[in-house]
Amino acid sequence: MPLLEIKDISISFGGIMALSGISLQVQEEKIIAVIGPNGSGKTTLFNCLTGIYHPNEGEIHLNGENILRLSPDAIAELGIARTFQNLRLFMNMNVLDNLLVGRHLHFRKNPLLPMLRIRKEEILHRKIIEEIIDFLDLQAYRKARVADCPYGVQKRVELGRALALEPKLLLLDEPISGLTSEEKEEAAYRINEIRGRFQMTILLVEHDLRIASRLADSMVAFYYGQKIAQGTPEEVQRNPEVIRAYLGDD
Amino acid sequence: MDLIESYKEDLRLIRRFGTGFWIVLLLIGLILLPWFAREYWVYVVTLIFIYSIGIQGQNILIGYTGQISFGQAGFLAIGAFTYGHLSLLGSPILVNLFFSGLMAGIFGILVGFPSLRLKGPYLAIVTLGFGIAVYQVFVNSEILSGGRMGLTIQKLQPLFGLSQMTTYYYFNFILVFLFTLLSYNLISSFVGRAFIAIRDNDIAAEAMGVSLTRYKLLSFAISSFYTGVQGGLYALLMGYLEPNMFTFLETITIFVAVIIGGLASVEGSILGAAFVVMVPQVFSNTKAFIPVIYGVTILIILIFEPLGLSGRWMKIRLYLRMWPFR
Ligand SMILES: Nc1ncnc2c1ncn2[C@@H]1O[C@H](COP(=O)(O)OP(=O)(O)OP(=O)(O)O)[C@@H](O)[C@H]1O
Ligand SMILES: [Mg+2]
Repeated sequence: MPLLEIKDISISFGGIMALSGISLQVQEEKIIAVIGPNGSGKTTLFNCLTGIYHPNEGEIHLNGENILRLSPDAIAELGIARTFQNLRLFMNMNVLDNLLVGRHLHFRKNPLLPMLRIRKEEILHRKIIEEIIDFLDLQAYRKARVADCPYGVQKRVELGRALALEPKLLLLDEPISGLTSEEKEEAAYRINEIRGRFQMTILLVEHDLRIASRLADSMVAFYYGQKIAQGTPEEVQRNPEVIRAYLGDD
Repeated sequence: MDLIESYKEDLRLIRRFGTGFWIVLLLIGLILLPWFAREYWVYVVTLIFIYSIGIQGQNILIGYTGQISFGQAGFLAIGAFTYGHLSLLGSPILVNLFFSGLMAGIFGILVGFPSLRLKGPYLAIVTLGFGIAVYQVFVNSEILSGGRMGLTIQKLQPLFGLSQMTTYYYFNFILVFLFTLLSYNLISSFVGRAFIAIRDNDIAAEAMGVSLTRYKLLSFAISSFYTGVQGGLYALLMGYLEPNMFTFLETITIFVAVIIGGLASVEGSILGAAFVVMVPQVFSNTKAFIPVIYGVTILIILIFEPLGLSGRWMKIRLYLRMWPFR
């Protein structure tokens, strides 16, 4: 059984079909790259998968369970975490607290513990967070307010926050856009590491086709809300329709 | 930069020796106050204690969770009259106070429901409507409000040979101390982080598994609980109740205290409480000026010190810590 199975989902906004009849299967511990020109529906797909939008029709199954009508927090609980194309961080919190919000689901949430300041659980999660901090090289920023951090750091914090959920499926919306070329290489290396180290399946939206094809096991191409190609990265990039979509867009 | 040796140390309430020193000094000062201050000042500080509780609560809602509310007078009235009626039945003070908070908290949850759909000005209007509705209910229902005579409430009995005012002072001092600890503990826990996450970015909070429904309602419940307790303590201090004690001016007062003290700051809430209690005392001859002073202060704060009194305080502290460098 695939980890994620999308069956024929469609969604429209005031006449624009942002997605029409998209189907996709994602096997465990694979990295799938989603590509497509601007406005082709990549982010919309992520929003449907995380319950921010509810498709007009279709089905989305995670581990065989239909998640189509669930709220975002319920979907997160079932094991999908994401990053956002235009960062959505808790800007007034420090880096540590941002990452700790990512652990929210793993707290036992006994109301007496916070009231009496019993911090056993807090320390437990803090240890897990420290591993993520090491992995993402955020040591110097632990106590820095996120709004004061450079963009590259903010991107790492957002990735770390999603990792902290320990999801089965990780959705990364343009995780390396806006970074310097050196940071891009680091980020690509980390994304590859994540799969091995945290056993996660990754769905990746990326405009940088070179890096996307290096990372991905397979690739899907979108154009005006439709899936126009699917296969290995090489196959997809050789597909005439994909070439036309990209050239025609320029 | 402070060196931390364990996570536990990092999670302590008071991390710096200097901070601890000043807090102890402040607490000793407050404990000794009734022994050297005039009774009038003991009364004023008692009032500050009482207001501090409700204002901390409203800061949890407005400052930390980012939900606007103008229903404070309603929650105060519910807390106060719950206290009044229970007190008439002869039930003990602490039980009454608990039910003051609980009753207000339940209404808080009801008022919180619109917050799941509405934001900003729309939520402000709904909560405002609630405050006015509560006032109208009490004005029009003699059973609830005790009619023209109002409710007369058994006052606190003097204890340990202290004067009655001093007894009030210490009683409220202990309560505000406990509520302040509670606020700090909540804010630094997963609950507080969920609140701040909702305020800073509700979509991301939800995507991280924070249930907006649960935590917005929880924030309304907690904040109303605090405000209900404030109402109960106020009833106990005054010894009588009538609906006119809970007009829209009370809402303004609490709201102003939250802004002036500083959004999302527990210390700020206490400073804000001190401000709104002192202003009417200082201007007791020209009551009409009070809203004007509030308005002007808010303007000044928004322009020069958006973090409120607590922001100014932090800057002074930082300055003193760095002195004489920079
Ligand atoms: N909430 C919305 N309301 C109206 N239209 C929307 C909404 N969300 C998406 N759309 C439309 O859906 C289409 C797909 O947008 P989407 O953001 O998914 O594109 P994308 O592939 O992520 O593009 P980009 O590469 O620029 O990020 C666009 O035409 C967009 O205008
Ligand atoms: Mg996009």
